[in-house]
Amino acid sequence: MASLKDLRNRIASVKATQKITKAMQMVAAAKLRRAQEAAEAARPYAERMRTVLANITQAVSGSDAPALMAGTGKDDTHLLIVCTAERGLCGGFNSQIARLAREHTHRLVAEGKTVKILCVGKKGYDILRRDYGKLIIDRIDLREVKQIGFANADAIARRVIKLFEDGEFDVCTLFYSRFRSVISQEPTAQQLIPAAAPASEDGATQETAGGAVYEYEPDAESILSDLIPRNIAVQIFGALLENAAGEMGAKMTAMDNATRNAGDMINKLSITYNRQRQAQITKELIEIISGAEAL
Amino acid sequence: MAEAYKFELVSPERLLVSEDVEYVVIPGTEGEMTVMVNHAPVMTTIKPGVVTVKFMSGQEERYVVFGGFADILPDTCTLLAESAVRVADIDRADLARRIQEAREDVDDAKDDESRTKAEAFLAQLTTLEGAILPA
Repeated sequence: MASLKDLRNRIASVKATQKITKAMQMVAAAKLRRAQEAAEAARPYAERMRTVLANITQAVSGSDAPALMAGTGKDDTHLLIVCTAERGLCGGFNSQIARLAREHTHRLVAEGKTVKILCVGKKGYDILRRDYGKLIIDRIDLREVKQIGFANADAIARRVIKLFEDGEFDVCTLFYSRFRSVISQEPTAQQLIPAAAPASEDGATQETAGGAVYEYEPDAESILSDLIPRNIAVQIFGALLENAAGEMGAKMTAMDNATRNAGDMINKLSITYNRQRQAQITKELIEIISGAEAL
Repeated sequence: MAEAYKFELVSPERLLVSEDVEYVVIPGTEGEMTVMVNHAPVMTTIKPGVVTVKFMSGQEERYVVFGGFADILPDTCTLLAESAVRVADIDRADLARRIQEAREDVDDAKDDESRTKAEAFLAQLTTLEGAILPA
């Protein structure tokens, strides 16, 4: 049985932990709001990009489509970009993404395909390193980055496109966590290359042009070849932003749970402490009374 | 008074302008163009330069854009810029850094084609710097 002093110390230490988790929860809540705003601010660009891309793919016939869109025609080497958070303490957030990536890798390897992994974020690297250390070609560290900017995504996109042009892979898939709500994040796999042509909304886009045909300056092919790399960057950027928001959401939930658990623990410890104190007082009283009776 | 024309300027980070305007001047790769209502549908890429927006209120605003493309329709115009800043807010150091990077790109270029491309980009940047410095 723990002594009264031990119990007091334990209560004090759990209280200190609770203060920390509470502070972390509040920080996560504030950061979540910022991350959500950033994700929302980026949405118009992505939407317009999709419309424009849908318009332009109609104009360019299939055979002229650039390699980034058509693919290499092979399906042998896969590149997986795994985007995770830089920090832990956010529940199952990182391990969920990593698990999805691991299942994917496992399946591809079983099919006899070559797999290459590019890790964005430290945590995913830490998890995947154990099983697939040899497959990881590189990792990108965003630890120093406070607010993810388009430049970060663009740099990753450039790397990926360069790898593609060097013939390092045939198919590229992006793993990240879709932000559905503060309490729910959904790990998602999204194919980047070859880009699935976005379906235009029932040809509605053509109608908005008033039936007139677009003019392209310079020509449609060169616009398309300029646009697709940018679209890849936009998709990566979107994934990074969703990830950032999701990480904060997951962290907030995890820290909320931790705070609540600490509260429960304090309650339980306090009850034990009070009981023991009572028992001790009773014991002392009995000693005094029986001492007095003996006289 | 000209008719209202819907103009949107979006960068990947945020929506900068979404308003009715009288006209916009867009630095297209094949030359500058002024876009007003009932313009024929055009899609064009953009070189680094200044976008001038004339709002319906008669106010004029200038934005620096670094590449991107514009989707022009008779009733709306959407400009998707790689990055866009108001001329008043432009960071000289940032521009200088971009020019420096473009120079390095020219030096690193392996074949003639990419060198020509890099050089053109550098030239556009330096013109841009010249255009906004006195402002």
